[in-house]
Amino acid sequence: MDAESLLLSLELASGSGQGLSPDRRASLLTSLTLVKRDYRYDRVLFWGRILGLVADYYIAQGLSEDQLAPRKTLYSLNCTEWSLLPPATEEMVAQSSVVKGRFMGDPSHEYEHIELQKVNEGEKVFEEEVVVQIKEETRLVYVIDQIDKAVAIIPRGALFKTPFGPTHVNRTFEGLSLSEAKKLSSYFHFREPVELKNKTLLEKADLDPSLDFMDSLEHDIPKGSWSIQMERSNTLVVLRSLLWPGLTFYHAPRTKNYGYIYVGTGEKNMDLPFML
Amino acid sequence: MEESTSPKQEKENQELGEARRSWEVKTAASPQYSEPASFEPLEAKQGLETGRQSRSSRSWSPQSGARTSLGGPAGPETSSPAPLSPQESSSTPSPLAPAIQDLAAPPQSDRTTSVIPEAWTPYPDPLEQSSDKRESTPHHTSQSEGNTFQQSQQPKPHLCGPRTVSYNNANQKELRFDVFQEEDSNSDYDLHQPATGGSEVAPSMLETTIQNAKAYLLKTSSKSGLNLYDHLSNMLTKILDERPENAVDIIENISQDVKMAHFSKKFDSLQNANEMLPTYEIAEKQKALFLQVHLEGVDQELEDEIVENALPNVMESAFYFEQAGVGLGTDETYRIFLALKQLTDTHPIQRCRFWGKILGLEMNYIVAEVEFREGEDEEEVEEEDVAEERDNGESEADEDEEDELPKSFYKVPQAIPKEESRTGANKYVYFVCNEPGRPWVKLPPVIPAQIVIARKIKKFFTGRLDAPIISYPPFPGNESNYLRAQIARISAGTHVSPLGFYQFGEEEGEEEEEVEGGRNSFEENPDFEGIQVIDLVETLSNWVHHVQHILSQGRCNWFNSIQKNEEEQEEEDEEKEEPDYIEQEVGPPLLTPISEDSEIQNIPPWTTRLSSNLIPQYAIAVLQSNLWPGAYAFSNGKKFENFYIGWGHKYSPDNYTPPVPPPVYQEYPSGPEITEMDDPGVEEEQAFRAAQEAVLLAAEENEETEEDKDEEDDYD
Repeated sequence: MDAESLLLSLELASGSGQGLSPDRRASLLTSLTLVKRDYRYDRVLFWGRILGLVADYYIAQGLSEDQLAPRKTLYSLNCTEWSLLPPATEEMVAQSSVVKGRFMGDPSHEYEHIELQKVNEGEKVFEEEVVVQIKEETRLVYVIDQIDKAVAIIPRGALFKTPFGPTHVNRTFEGLSLSEAKKLSSYFHFREPVELKNKTLLEKADLDPSLDFMDSLEHDIPKGSWSIQMERSNTLVVLRSLLWPGLTFYHAPRTKNYGYIYVGTGEKNMDLPFML
Repeated sequence: MEESTSPKQEKENQELGEARRSWEVKTAASPQYSEPASFEPLEAKQGLETGRQSRSSRSWSPQSGARTSLGGPAGPETSSPAPLSPQESSSTPSPLAPAIQDLAAPPQSDRTTSVIPEAWTPYPDPLEQSSDKRESTPHHTSQSEGNTFQQSQQPKPHLCGPRTVSYNNANQKELRFDVFQEEDSNSDYDLHQPATGGSEVAPSMLETTIQNAKAYLLKTSSKSGLNLYDHLSNMLTKILDERPENAVDIIENISQDVKMAHFSKKFDSLQNANEMLPTYEIAEKQKALFLQVHLEGVDQELEDEIVENALPNVMESAFYFEQAGVGLGTDETYRIFLALKQLTDTHPIQRCRFWGKILGLEMNYIVAEVEFREGEDEEEVEEEDVAEERDNGESEADEDEEDELPKSFYKVPQAIPKEESRTGANKYVYFVCNEPGRPWVKLPPVIPAQIVIARKIKKFFTGRLDAPIISYPPFPGNESNYLRAQIARISAGTHVSPLGFYQFGEEEGEEEEEVEGGRNSFEENPDFEGIQVIDLVETLSNWVHHVQHILSQGRCNWFNSIQKNEEEQEEEDEEKEEPDYIEQEVGPPLLTPISEDSEIQNIPPWTTRLSSNLIPQYAIAVLQSNLWPGAYAFSNGKKFENFYIGWGHKYSPDNYTPPVPPPVYQEYPSGPEITEMDDPGVEEEQAFRAAQEAVLLAAEENEETEEDKDEEDDYD
């Protein structure tokens, strides 16, 4: 959610239950403005909160002019001091995907993972158990990256693409209509499109290249991994992800208010197919 | 669009022409400005020639910039020149008007407008070049205009360059007549050559050109029924009304919006009615909530309410939970508060509590925990036990037959009866509703079988109470039963209170009496003095469970199903394969501290926090359950409250594995008489034969010896 409209956004996203306490809110408001100035971001989003056993991580993201460019992620334990996180690399992804369980809340905590690695010693090849240490910070980067790629969403029409390349915020976006807001196809993944090129020409003909340049939620696998609901007597549409429980996207139809926030343990719900 | 601008320019050029002749700005402005757009009179009334000049300079520069950047003839692009054209044309001097008329075709009107300024000042090479290009282009309507516009833009940047770089920075203060003339000469460039004597063209030619241009603009499109004239005027109106920043950047969007608005108006009445209807319905229902107070405003009732207040102070609890970062938002909580009040007003309720919110796929559940007044429970119809004993009937039928078919030894395990209301898992009655304002629905009491199976499945709630639960093992009931079972589990697992808040009632039997399953009632301790918040946070032993633990049987109080079986044993002679003695399941007794809770794979079952690190003296202690994510408890030392908000599932670090179906039941005992034996193999047969032969031989030898003996005897 945009840091500019933090208070309203938190109020709108409160349907999922977990939000922020007043002191965190107050410190966020001030610290995010400072972050925006210091790092010279165009927009700062408050991404959410990852619950750990000892402490929680508060995550913010900074965007540059081009909305689809890779975002910079910052984390904080107390909402006042922010540290930049490195971007996710493939190695990080491979390493951290094996870690399971809750986050500790201590960024220097190391998870131990025992791996069987083939070690070459001279001419013999034998497997050894190697204990790989994975820092919690790495895991944090990995989880945030996964969540962003999988479930960060944006309504159709909020961004538009110019022929020159960069994606801009659409200032004439007045919100989705009520009927549109209930359809999954009106929401896009907030990332570079992956499945767009797989669409048939017939489907592509109906798309508007300046607005429909991202993947829509319709074809997400597994089907039914999104729950769309109208809350607050039909004035707010809330999408909750079932794959990453804790991600809430809200949008007030016919207004410009929209955003998403993740408040959860940072674990994927692998039991989803059983639960539907 | 280009065409539209040109006739407008024409008119304005004509106006300017007159103005220049007479230097009477206003008179020239008014007649012609009134036609195209509503804003024109405003512009005209600004009146000063310098103003016009500046406008024109402004107008030309953005126009030029816009055109060069946008390039080809795209409809919306030309909208940018449109608002500027009246201003531009206003600046063109009158002598150019005749020059306009020289070019007969309306599409060429842009050229005509450009001619007008040229008559004034010869602008050297760039203009000539552009005019050449213009004249060489074919008189194809849109293309030519596009080209001319493009070309006309080319010199303009030159002109605008020295003065202004960006569109919005058009310097209104540069009112030099030369520049003004240059602009005009730019725009009317290609008429420069033939129109040196343009001031002598008759006005009638001008008028016809204008009318032709206007007629062209008013031509309705065969596809959409719009005409360019109206569209341009609408767009310009909108822009001037809204005055967006960087209008030129979003001009295409604005044009699109105007077009869409034109269409959507036709459907407006239909769409709006449908879309807003559900919103209004729900708002009406919620309004009813707020009106409750006024329905029966008798003083006596008020007193009653104040005296026996079954309603909890939801707002106060919500405030504390908000300190912890948990909550539903103030107005939503207030609506829930009102809905609870409605519940207490319509049902005879002793005590009521806002239990929490369970999220579902289509709708959510708001759950209220309720305790009815003594003697006022509604009697529930006995629900049929799902695990009925059917096999008894079958076995009786079989006995009649002569050949006794093998009877099944399978005894359906006796269904464990549910606990009485007000005891154990059914201590409280739960009401749910989907949204505050909707009617409250009472959930049925929970059966141990449901709890047992609910422990084995993991399903999302859909939000509809009558939805079936399709799972393995099959859940005995629908979503309302599953919901009730989960609520029971969550309550048993996560409802905690500070140590000492509750104590066992003294009327209850003392330690000598062993009530089965331990004491199961408690009451508030009037002498509770509160615990320091710091203490509450530091150690978990200061918190206790005040809801009975649910045994694996599914009940809180152990039910010994063997006792009844003993009676049956006397009647039936069948062999029983069940153990004669089932161990009594024992769970932790009531009011055990939560430090005794078992860990989940090295994760502590509870996380304690102070609500605020910045102001610890007023902070409250917050407990989060790691076993049931979404269960929270707070205490400020004296007060406490529990709350749940979440999906309604337990946390497990491992993935869910569905239970395996039980092994196939043994149909009959396999003994040696039924067991099939293998046919002997070749070696075995040979060995057997050899053995047999050996025996025969031995037997024969014995016979021979016996015969010998007999023979010997015979001799004697």
